[in-house]
Amino acid sequence: MAKTPEEHPVKAFGWAARDSSGVLSPFRFSRRENGDDDVTVKILYCGVCHSDLHAVKNEWGLTNYPIVPGHEIVGIVTKVGKQVQKFKVDDKVGVGVLVGSCKSCESCQQDLENYCPQMVFTYNSIDHDGTKTYGGYSDVIVIHQHFVLRFPDNLPSDAGAPLLCAGITVYSPMKYYGMTEPGKHLGVAGLGGLGHVAVKFGKAFGLKVTVISGSPSKEVEAINRLGADSFLVTSDPTKMKAAIGTMDFIIDTISAVHPLLPLLSLLKLNGRLVTVGLPDKPLELPIFPLVLGRRLIGGSDFGGIKETQEMLDFCAKNNITADIELIKIDEINTAMERLAKSDVRYRFVIDVGNSLSHP
Amino acid sequence: MEKNSPETEHPVKAFGWAARDTSGVLSPFIFSRRAAGDNDVMFRVLYCGICHSDLHSIKNEWGFSTYPLVPGHEIVGVVTEVGSKVKKFKVGDRVGVGGLVGSCHSCDNCINNLESYCPTYVLTYGATYYDGTTTYGGYSDIMVASEHFVVRMPDNLPLDAAAPLLCAGITVYSPLKYFGLDKPGVHVGVVGLGGLGHVAVKFAKAFGAKVTVISTSPNKKDEAIQRLGADSFLVSHDPDQMQAAMGTMDGIIDTVSAFHPLQPLLGLVKTNGKLIMVGAPDKPLELPVFSIIMGRKMIAGSGGGGMKEMQEMIDFAAEHNITADIEVIPMDYVNTAMERLVKADVRYRFVIDIANTLKAAKN
Repeated sequence: MAKTPEEHPVKAFGWAARDSSGVLSPFRFSRRENGDDDVTVKILYCGVCHSDLHAVKNEWGLTNYPIVPGHEIVGIVTKVGKQVQKFKVDDKVGVGVLVGSCKSCESCQQDLENYCPQMVFTYNSIDHDGTKTYGGYSDVIVIHQHFVLRFPDNLPSDAGAPLLCAGITVYSPMKYYGMTEPGKHLGVAGLGGLGHVAVKFGKAFGLKVTVISGSPSKEVEAINRLGADSFLVTSDPTKMKAAIGTMDFIIDTISAVHPLLPLLSLLKLNGRLVTVGLPDKPLELPIFPLVLGRRLIGGSDFGGIKETQEMLDFCAKNNITADIELIKIDEINTAMERLAKSDVRYRFVIDVGNSLSHP
Repeated sequence: MEKNSPETEHPVKAFGWAARDTSGVLSPFIFSRRAAGDNDVMFRVLYCGICHSDLHSIKNEWGFSTYPLVPGHEIVGVVTEVGSKVKKFKVGDRVGVGGLVGSCHSCDNCINNLESYCPTYVLTYGATYYDGTTTYGGYSDIMVASEHFVVRMPDNLPLDAAAPLLCAGITVYSPLKYFGLDKPGVHVGVVGLGGLGHVAVKFAKAFGAKVTVISTSPNKKDEAIQRLGADSFLVSHDPDQMQAAMGTMDGIIDTVSAFHPLQPLLGLVKTNGKLIMVGAPDKPLELPVFSIIMGRKMIAGSGGGGMKEMQEMIDFAAEHNITADIEVIPMDYVNTAMERLVKADVRYRFVIDIANTLKAAKN
């Protein structure tokens, strides 16, 4: 017998997409009973990640409808299981991209749950009990304590929510690929949800930061508000030529298909381009720039739980949050349309606590 | 004013074979070499390896060839003259020259012994030297090169079989070391079993790695395992074999210069694994971004190596008795060799017996 969304004992309510139109609408479902190792979280805010948009429209071909997206969740603990030591009722917590992993493979043992071959995503995955996972565009979530993050008190819950995906997605590769040496030159390609946080982290690491963008209109913001040192418009051939071989690293956050050759040319010898955007088609990869300059293209997929906590604590210490536009849940479809046109500075966050009410 | 011809621009007579146009057909060519300057080493060429780059160049496949073009950058011979400031070599020494004969010596890369990444490096053939003349490569009877770009060939290495190390050798040795694939116990994949590939297998085994050859030709399996010492062999278009090997390799050296899919190769490396491109396809390949994001994988390139590393590689080869597997040919076979090289019909490098056959061809 097929399981229905109302298969669990705890009533839940959220907004879901039902088909590849991606249109979201009210959706009744349920959460499991809070187990011994579980934490129940009343959701206050949830960031709107570009992955949510890809997923509701089934752009990657992996969506299993109905889908409740949302993996940048901040809320308050309302219940903890018997074995839970790290959290208590009323704690402010976060939930990101993962709610489960195998815990025994090499990746899990190295705190790299994000590379576990059996990881369970916060939404659109199958959990260990065989039921579907639903994300943070909802009023409550029940998760295993291992995947709950302590949310620092001095970080605003709304502006801090996007750190749970956008934040860790750029923080992890910046550390792994060595982009933390003060004085080095970082290029950030794409100034959206991921890009603007990468600029902030780059400055906090003591790097010189150049934003690389197709939109000249973003220059003033990038420099005056986000603190970037310079701005390079990809459609200006003179400026692009002058910047050849000047960057130690580039974080490429662009999620549409785009040419890599102009970006690779900007790198010095041994330069690294790390791609974190997820275009739905392959990119053209010219090999000569890699061979002639011993350059590298690497990928990175959000981050493990330990590192996500480290990132949140780093943000608390350095007062780093996302720049957000707070919306009500019933504005989500308009927000998705605007997101498709990159018309947001730079993340929508849904005010779940104040706008999502059980019918 | 009549421009100096290749025959008259320098004082020392030289003879070789050159391509005259994009047909790539090579034929006898009279030219000249500069007199040995204070820092130069002049040597009689004994052997020269045929690199696939020679083939790309004579046919102008990369679009920057100028004719006449004398290829050859896997050159070995015996010193006949040294300039007054030369310290490391004397007459009678066995020496070699690879892909470079000049660099700026002052940029960051040169200072860090990475001359092959100097923005103003001078290639052994088809480039412009500091005196404004064209450089001519090793399909010729004599070579003159700055001491800095000459390596000593140890006595225990047969010169003919060692010649290909000067390009093929350094091209795979350098990334094996730089990308950490030179540690005992690492699992290295080698894609393509040709000039570069077969030397990569030998170096990787000498480093103590486990080696898997990945190839489109099932008939190379016995060679790979019995003769070259590879631990295993994967046929790249066999989905079952490829599936079984997924996520097993620390790194892969990809020597293939033709267009080929990267996704199956990325599947073979472990989390944090590396795919290193040393072949030089002239058209872009396809990067399926999911394949590097999931598993935090990397694709890098590597181009030759610096002179310090070149000598280190030759000395390592001497210590471990590593040379290339070659087919020695007379000079006048070179055009046939090029046709066979197009079809990868060689185990695994042609080497021209210059000393014994170039003069004869002149007649």
